[in-house]
Amino acid sequence: MTQDLIYSVTSLALFGCGFYGLLALPHILRKLLAINIMGVSVFMLLLATANHGTSIDPVPHAMVLTGIVVAVAGTALCLKLAVNINAIDQNERDSNHQ
Amino acid sequence: MLELAIDLLLAAGAITLAVLSLAAKKVFTAIVLYVSLGLLVTLIWARLGAWDIAIAEAAIGAGLTGALLLAAWRRLDDNRTAEEGVADGKLKLDGEDSEHV
Amino acid sequence: MFDRLVLHETSGTKPALKSSTKIACGLASFALSGGLIAALLLSERAGPGLAALTASRMDESGVENPVTAVLLNFRSYDTLLEIAVLLIVAVAMLSMQPSATNRSMVEVNHRHSGDPVLAGLLRWLVALATVLSGYLLWTGAYAPGGAFQAGSVIAGACVALKLSGRYHFFWHPLKARLLLTIGLAVFVLVGGFCATGDKRVLEYPLEYAGMLILIIELAATVSIAAILLLLFTGLQDDKPDATQAGRPST
Repeated sequence: MTQDLIYSVTSLALFGCGFYGLLALPHILRKLLAINIMGVSVFMLLLATANHGTSIDPVPHAMVLTGIVVAVAGTALCLKLAVNINAIDQNERDSNHQ
Repeated sequence: MLELAIDLLLAAGAITLAVLSLAAKKVFTAIVLYVSLGLLVTLIWARLGAWDIAIAEAAIGAGLTGALLLAAWRRLDDNRTAEEGVADGKLKLDGEDSEHV
Repeated sequence: MFDRLVLHETSGTKPALKSSTKIACGLASFALSGGLIAALLLSERAGPGLAALTASRMDESGVENPVTAVLLNFRSYDTLLEIAVLLIVAVAMLSMQPSATNRSMVEVNHRHSGDPVLAGLLRWLVALATVLSGYLLWTGAYAPGGAFQAGSVIAGACVALKLSGRYHFFWHPLKARLLLTIGLAVFVLVGGFCATGDKRVLEYPLEYAGMLILIIELAATVSIAAILLLLFTGLQDDKPDATQAGRPST
């Protein structure tokens, strides 16, 4: 009962933190961390709502389980794109200088 | 009572770690703090009775995401230092590029 | 341009945001989070959810763990599409890597003189992780565990292998592509095979449900592990020639 409430409020506070990070931090890795923190907060809200004390709703659990794997895949893709753009950008700059 | 205290501690710890991770001076510190947030969140999943997710989070959220982020950080950062070395050596003309920490 | 836009903090240029903008961002996210908390506190508690419904149909699912039942029986479309999403990410990642079709999938660098303690630890760790993942896969039917956990444990062990510098993984050979796709292929095949009778797609026959779920999970474990490892190796490998040292000396 109170447990749900604690973690629901925590998740929303985490969401706010992540949102601020997404808006205000310039570095791409920090932005990705912020997005991941927002993802964690959404998972926490889902699981806190699924927990009814004695009975536990398995459907949100299954959703979160798939969500975690998809989140890590998306993060990896973003990271790869960032790394590639950085490499291309650098090559261009190097050739411009020469 | 004890359970309530544990829940409150975990919740406060999660928010603290998230704030620290976002406010960290170095990106490396931010990543490490994020990984520890993943571990703490694993405990929260266990408290919420989500054992399946706790196992997955311990392996993915705390392990693999950290490895991915660190690998990307190393490549983004590695390129920088290499480039700064070049900039120091012969490209002093371009003031903006050679200016570093 | 890119590094000045998103990586500039390491290069010592001025921050892109003024402090007034930062305060505005802080206020916006504070308002967002406060509004959401207020909405949460003011709204009624969620209903009982689907716990009772799931519990009442558990004997039709073929497994005893409710989460596995939901994942692979009641809402198996979700999981099917999720594995498809993973495969799409893997294809995207593969297309961004330098092609290496002439390499074999796993190459061992015998001349690599790594830390002997690390090598000894890995010898134990990888075996342990394999056993653990088999255990998680098997107990997923009646206790916490399942394909995702098993796959990520194997992927973690392989990441440790990759980090030791002795092993290199290449994902362009046919064998490796087979590993990446087998999860989705088996899932679709089983789902389609179910539809040949009078049942619908992914509606398992009751007496074989447990076995079919285990088959799907086994294939999904392999694919999930392979895809997660591909994501890591794709990010970690520096340049195509940086892994030349990985060629076996034979």
